[in-house]
Amino acid sequence: MQKTSNERKVLIDGSRLITESMARAGADSFIGYPITPANLLYLYASRRMPLMLSAPDEITTLQWMSGLSATGKIPVTATSFPGFALMIESVNMAFMMELPMVIVLVQRLGPATGTATCGAQGDIPLLKGMISGGHQLPVLCTSDFNDCWKLSAKAVHLAVELRTPVVLLTSKEEVMTQKSFSTGVLDAIEPVSRSFYRGKEPYRSYNVERDELVPPFLPVTAGKWQVRLNASTHDKNGILQHSNDEAIGNTVRLERKARETLSGYTFYELDEQEGAGTLLVSYGITASAARDAVKRMREKGKKVSLLVPKTILPAPAIYSEIIGKYKKVVIAEENINAQFADLLFGTRIPSSISIVGSAGRMITPPEILNEEECV
Amino acid sequence: MNGFLKTSQLPYCKGCGHDLIAKKSAEALEKLEYAPLDVIVVTDIGCHGIIDKCLNTHTVHGLHGRSVALGAGISFGIENPGKKVLVFIGDGGSTIGLQHIMEAARLNLNMSVVVHNNMLYGMTGGQTSGLTPRGFCTTTSADGNPFAGYDICELAHTAGAAYSSRIMGVGDISGELTEAFSVEGFSLTEIMEICPSYGVKLNPRRKLAEIVESSGRKTGVWKNERTGFVLEQGKKCNDLMEELKEVENDFPARLKGNLSLVLSGSAGEGIQSAATLLAKAAMRSGCHVTQKGSYPVTVGVGFSTAEVNISTEPINFHGIGVPDVAIITSEDGLTHSKKRIEGMKGGMLFLDDSLDAPSTGAEVIKRDFRSVGARSACLYAVFYFAMHTKLVDTEAIFMTIEESGMAAKMPLDKIKEKIQA
Ligand code: SF4
Repeated sequence: MQKTSNERKVLIDGSRLITESMARAGADSFIGYPITPANLLYLYASRRMPLMLSAPDEITTLQWMSGLSATGKIPVTATSFPGFALMIESVNMAFMMELPMVIVLVQRLGPATGTATCGAQGDIPLLKGMISGGHQLPVLCTSDFNDCWKLSAKAVHLAVELRTPVVLLTSKEEVMTQKSFSTGVLDAIEPVSRSFYRGKEPYRSYNVERDELVPPFLPVTAGKWQVRLNASTHDKNGILQHSNDEAIGNTVRLERKARETLSGYTFYELDEQEGAGTLLVSYGITASAARDAVKRMREKGKKVSLLVPKTILPAPAIYSEIIGKYKKVVIAEENINAQFADLLFGTRIPSSISIVGSAGRMITPPEILNEEECV
Repeated sequence: MNGFLKTSQLPYCKGCGHDLIAKKSAEALEKLEYAPLDVIVVTDIGCHGIIDKCLNTHTVHGLHGRSVALGAGISFGIENPGKKVLVFIGDGGSTIGLQHIMEAARLNLNMSVVVHNNMLYGMTGGQTSGLTPRGFCTTTSADGNPFAGYDICELAHTAGAAYSSRIMGVGDISGELTEAFSVEGFSLTEIMEICPSYGVKLNPRRKLAEIVESSGRKTGVWKNERTGFVLEQGKKCNDLMEELKEVENDFPARLKGNLSLVLSGSAGEGIQSAATLLAKAAMRSGCHVTQKGSYPVTVGVGFSTAEVNISTEPINFHGIGVPDVAIITSEDGLTHSKKRIEGMKGGMLFLDDSLDAPSTGAEVIKRDFRSVGARSACLYAVFYFAMHTKLVDTEAIFMTIEESGMAAKMPLDKIKEKIQA
């Protein structure tokens, strides 16, 4: 892989990496409105994105993004729970219309406005249930600066390739903390290649070839064929239908789209040590504590493996398969209700798993080590 | 029927004004010589929104009350002025999405909005909307709406719409619509109608003209002389990586292992910038660093705390519980970091000499940090820490300040004098 630039040591935060990565990947517009802790993304985007608009509120943000996406742009916004909650109906609309866009969700402590400047990992159940009908859209989660770079670009690619909104999940401590960093380790980012419908038949906005799951896209600015986008239950032409077979078939395709393409965007880091009977599992900000815990255990001669899930939704089956291979598993995440374990196992969390959680503060490496010793 | 409509049999109840609006809108577009695929019709929930399937234009059918915002997004994305964004919305949708209308009018976006005002929510069963006139009966105000409705034209006009108009939804309104649709910028046309299924039934013997007149609304046109919205052209796009200054590794290594510091003082006293300088100076000696700030929601008052990790190894976890070093330059800072200082079993506490040291296991080092001025107290403390511990090169801090161009704003000579004394 070609590197972006020579080894340069800089003091940098995750917001900058995310914004630059998305812009290089092809995101061309940012709709912003202020919300802590996502403000740095808004600020950087104002300097970076070819098109930058300040929206008056969260619903407008998502509607403007949807409109832009309908014209062929790739819009991005960044928010946190209070704003995201207001966007959800419109995210459903974009999901139903199949409009590419990326929403960076910077988690902070809730409930409600909670504490704006305090990090958290509390939004997985919300993301899982946000689309009425239980359908999923891809949620990728950053665990370090390399992810801020790589996954942000992936999110843009995925949005275009799957014709869908994508959520890039992160948290306050990841996007607001500055760290020394060598830019030399960053891979070059491929801009997404975008192709629009070129068929000879009239375009049908939601028509797919037999085995395909993603209909080709055509902007509403097209001059040759009519484009119809629809947030209500619709047929392949995009015409509102109550519940005929074709329209329900379209909704079923939406359900299948994110799930059946999942193997193409299942991202995780698995650092397996031969002979290890213990597995630490952690994602997002807590992965940094888990990486330190693994290091310390290995320094002490203990065998341990580490799993850092990066594709959070739809939840890839591989995670429970990996977890199933270990006698002892510790899952650490910054909430007090075992959200990730719940996502994988529901109420039947295997007895091999123990949970480290916290509210209002980062989980530390010693907490993970203590739990490991107690299991 | 014309090129814009697939059929003249529109899916509305008999006598519904929406039928007239759709047909006359189509005529207006034709008069303006648009081709159907030059036009994007954005609709939302409400009876007006079921027009989609009858149109030969591009159609976008969105959420209740949001069609103006959705149309605005499309308008932003259109680079070709030959295209037309036409938004249909009801009086209910206008109530729900009032903010979107105000915003589009304020920016004078290039789009035309047609408000189908039949004074109630039709599709959902005849409920009162924000545009229902006082005294008008609906299913949810059977004795008549006790409140006056919004004057949507006046609101749009005041917000800055190039063109707002109110017309009665009877007869040939294609001329009025042609004028509205030809406006450069934002036009809103409110068309007064009465829904035969609910409005007529619930308000027998009342006539549309009388209802409109008694509500104090007049037909007419209101204009603001403005040019339509233009996107900023040739916006500068900075490469965010390139604009970051490289930190050279030009000082010998000082520290072995890790060091965690908490710097705490008052907002506006340069805590965060002192922490950044410290972090960058440590990087110059080849160290890995992290730096984060925390402050109350109002950034200009109360405490300001920075956390800095310095290490010879790459840093994963950057949280700091009990630090190795605390630098405290004001009462606000002391209050905020007191618990941590009390938890220190060793390490060093650098404290302004106006403050009382809490009970702590740290070595307490008091100095007149604030004597160089409150805004530079933390910077002085950082220099003092560097000089005292030799864990960070004071020269590296000076050079970092020089290179940042901030030197002129800082009492560096005074600080130099102090730390050498
Ligand atoms: S319910 Fe009222 S508004 Fe809806 S189509 Fe019938 S007459 Fe028109």
